[in-house]
Amino acid sequence: MKTDELIGLLGTSFEREPVGTPWMTRRSALAVAGGATAALFLALAFLGLRPGLTQARPLLFLALKVAFAAAVGGLALRYLVRAARPGGESRVHLGVVASPFLAVAALAGVSLSMTPPAHWHGQISGHTWLECLVSIPVIAIVPFAVITWAVRRFGAPTDLLRAGALVGLSAGAVSALGYSLHCMDDTVPFVAVWYGGTIAICTLAGALLGPRLLRW
Amino acid sequence: MIHREVELRTLLTEGLLGRSADYRRFLECLGPHLRAYYRNKLSRSGRGDTEAEDLVQETLMAVHTRRHTYDVTQPVTPWVYAIARYKLIDHLRRTRPGTADVPVEDAGELMAADDHTATESTLDVERLLARLPAKARLAIRSMKVEGLSAAEAAERAGMSETAVKVSVHRGLKALASFVGGRTK
Repeated sequence: MKTDELIGLLGTSFEREPVGTPWMTRRSALAVAGGATAALFLALAFLGLRPGLTQARPLLFLALKVAFAAAVGGLALRYLVRAARPGGESRVHLGVVASPFLAVAALAGVSLSMTPPAHWHGQISGHTWLECLVSIPVIAIVPFAVITWAVRRFGAPTDLLRAGALVGLSAGAVSALGYSLHCMDDTVPFVAVWYGGTIAICTLAGALLGPRLLRW
Repeated sequence: MIHREVELRTLLTEGLLGRSADYRRFLECLGPHLRAYYRNKLSRSGRGDTEAEDLVQETLMAVHTRRHTYDVTQPVTPWVYAIARYKLIDHLRRTRPGTADVPVEDAGELMAADDHTATESTLDVERLLARLPAKARLAIRSMKVEGLSAAEAAERAGMSETAVKVSVHRGLKALASFVGGRTK
């Protein structure tokens, strides 16, 4: 086929489908909202809401966990929308993405410096580190699938590694948000290590899977 | 080159608003740039012009099917360049592992030269059409290959005008996926 013929085919085939920029962002946002709802539902259905939410300390820590997960997730999505466009990966700033992790790590450092070293172990591992380590990546599978589908369907990432990592990061953050409703370990070092660590695992998994799953 | 960017951007944004003449002109402008880019890149790894033409067409298809990913607040050239580079890497990776060594260069490189001498690609439009359902094949052949209007094509096929347009639209989507997947 001659290229001119192809251009003829393409050039007249689209009047029926005018598209604008907001279309893509809107669809992606819908997909992510769907994934987040699924993650919250899963966490609540299988793990249940934590007790004690009428008291100040549990509420404060729930707020901390939600704020951390929301900050990570918000930044991840903001950059994912960019990385899902051809050439958009140049407008992804990894330093900014890492900032919530650095902030929570700094808070954890402050918290540990005010505790005697003998209690550090308890502060870091809490009571349920294993549950956290397993739950966040498992819950993340559903939002990961939904967000991957959305990027494949609506986007055209040209840096699959980076786009995949951002998909994993978003899914991990959404999952951590759901898990925080159940999680009863109320120390900052726990959040820094186990929330930060599991979200990082999700990001790594996304980076590994991205080049296979996001090809177009 | 800045002049080129402004021209392409105007054509694409107008085209996306529904002016198909501008959109077509946009694709026509891209063709020679893509051809020069791919011939240059492929000749370095000892590959021929037919392969370059395949990539030109694959990239035009990708630009077309993914045109909604263009952010109108951003320049066009880096967007097209990213697609072209992605398709080149994908092609090299598919056809010979280990040669996917394409440096990120200045997006301006794409617009620096153009090449108007098209060769035929290995795509055979008739062979591709043969894989479509009869209805879509007739509609596409009437409207796109023979150049009839939608009304004329509808009359010939005994379908409504809308049905013809829908068939064409779906058929072209299917064609694009055949082309994209043919070497996988």
